[in-house]
Amino acid sequence: MLSRSRSSGRTISSRIKRILDLTFLGVTLAVALGLLALLTTFILVLINSSHLTLIRYGISLLGNPKWAPSSNHFGLLPFIDGTLITAAIALLIAVPLSLGIAIFLSELAPRWISEPLGYLVELLAAVPSVIFGLWGIFVLVPFMRTSIDPGLARANASVNHALHVTIPLFTGPILGSGVLTAGVILAIMIIPTISSISREALRAVPQPQREAALGLGATRWESTRMSVLSYARVGIIAAIILGLGRAVGETMAVTMVIGNTDYIPTSLFSQGQTIASLIANEFLSTYASPLAASAFLEAALVLLLITLAINIGARLMVWRLVKTTGGGGIE
Amino acid sequence: MKFNRDRRRRIFNWVASGLCFLCVVVALIPLVSLLYNAFLNGLHILSISFLISAENPVGICVPGNCSAGGIGPAIYATVVVVGTAALMSIPAGVLAGIYLSEYGRNRLGRVISFFTDVMTGTPSIVVGLFAFAVFVYFSRAHAFSALDGAVALAIIMVPTVTRTTEEGLRLVPNALREGAYALGIPRYRAVLQIVLTTGRSIIITGAVLAVMRAAGEVAPLLVTTLFSPQGFTGFGNPAGLLGPVIFFYATGASPLLVRAAWGASLLLILAMLGISLAARIALRNRYK
Repeated sequence: MLSRSRSSGRTISSRIKRILDLTFLGVTLAVALGLLALLTTFILVLINSSHLTLIRYGISLLGNPKWAPSSNHFGLLPFIDGTLITAAIALLIAVPLSLGIAIFLSELAPRWISEPLGYLVELLAAVPSVIFGLWGIFVLVPFMRTSIDPGLARANASVNHALHVTIPLFTGPILGSGVLTAGVILAIMIIPTISSISREALRAVPQPQREAALGLGATRWESTRMSVLSYARVGIIAAIILGLGRAVGETMAVTMVIGNTDYIPTSLFSQGQTIASLIANEFLSTYASPLAASAFLEAALVLLLITLAINIGARLMVWRLVKTTGGGGIE
Repeated sequence: MKFNRDRRRRIFNWVASGLCFLCVVVALIPLVSLLYNAFLNGLHILSISFLISAENPVGICVPGNCSAGGIGPAIYATVVVVGTAALMSIPAGVLAGIYLSEYGRNRLGRVISFFTDVMTGTPSIVVGLFAFAVFVYFSRAHAFSALDGAVALAIIMVPTVTRTTEEGLRLVPNALREGAYALGIPRYRAVLQIVLTTGRSIIITGAVLAVMRAAGEVAPLLVTTLFSPQGFTGFGNPAGLLGPVIFFYATGASPLLVRAAWGASLLLILAMLGISLAARIALRNRYK
């Protein structure tokens, strides 16, 4: 009855309402689709701007070890090597630490301890990369040079001597800066990523899973190891892959401690260059030559495709997990 | 025999727990060292005049003037360029987030949401080169410009803002929407006036964190805004933002400039600490 009293104005206003509703939906949908378009444009633009080297060299640049833009040598192998080695070091250090952190914070510590500690660990993720770089130059590099590297070099030498082998891991001049230090700083930077996503994965494990193990007489640690970790396995693997993605794309901190030489590292003490640090370091000095600019964009394209593959893989795992366990707040 | 085994298991439990705690301690050492060094090297240089006066890009002592100069122009440039990026990315991100949360509970919405997540993992240096490539294509003269940098930063911010908006709005109880529809309020007004206002604290927090992260970016700026000791001199010209200032000063040879880099870093760290603490307090116990 109430509506009938104003029915004459109502049909018009409800039509306007409908139009406004559809307009609003259209605008938000257009912007959301714009995001997809952006990602596609991204790949297309990078392919288009690197067509000079793509046509001339194709993907042979990826296996070519010589980078000398002045003589038109654009081999990207040293940088792919540098990227893989630094990321591997970072994962080797960060994965055990992050898992320990995630287990401690979600399984072992009471809430009043895990809340502030978790906040502190996540603060690490908020520190800008360039500040890690500054700290790296003036604190980490000297520390590695005086306290870590000599010990590693001695250990390597004695192993080589004892076993009559030549393992080239920690050999060569000790500079402080280099591939190993870059890996360490990357490890520090990806710990918050891996630990916080692993934490979410552990948190999503249903409580009965723990109680069942504890009820059978398992200790806290045994319940965690046997029934919680195995349950959260997929989420933890996804966390590690996302950490890898961050390590591969990280630029400034690596640029400031890796030493920036365009050669394939011969040991972990060697200086080197990652794809990202190559762009950050040398793009400005060489972009004016069209061929060199194209080579940089091809490097960026390679980096984009690597990180896309990594992220798509990890996100698919997380999404499948969310679907099968019915959520649990995993991002 | 059995007693011994139980004791061994209990001891192992304690050792494993202790090792896990040790992991937390080890991970926090770099954070403590970084904060300690930033305060140690940066605090004594952080003054009002450092924050407002112009840079001394040469970084050498001339008779009568032996200071590192200030970071006033860099702060101004950061505010202008990051502000422009925020103006571009926050409305877009919020609109896309509204679609994903309010209309996108279907296959298309899930696909967009998925790729938005994937985009957050794009290396920022690649975004920088993308912006550069686009600008070079349209105007070679403005390939290195403040606007170029703002576009790059906006692209970096958009996915984060979108996803936090989506997550924030999803936490708004459905009863509020239904109540609005029951009162005959059209859907767009229900979204704008009720859902958006209820979820605003999370959206604002997400946006502020995105802005903060953009303010500390360097890599994309190295290939877009370049550097300028004058800070910001127009959208068509190169600009010198805070992050690149830290980079160039830190890798330069002058101890004066290194000191300025620590000062600028401390400023960023303090802003970051303040904002992340504020965000934490603002979101404490909300929707839990």
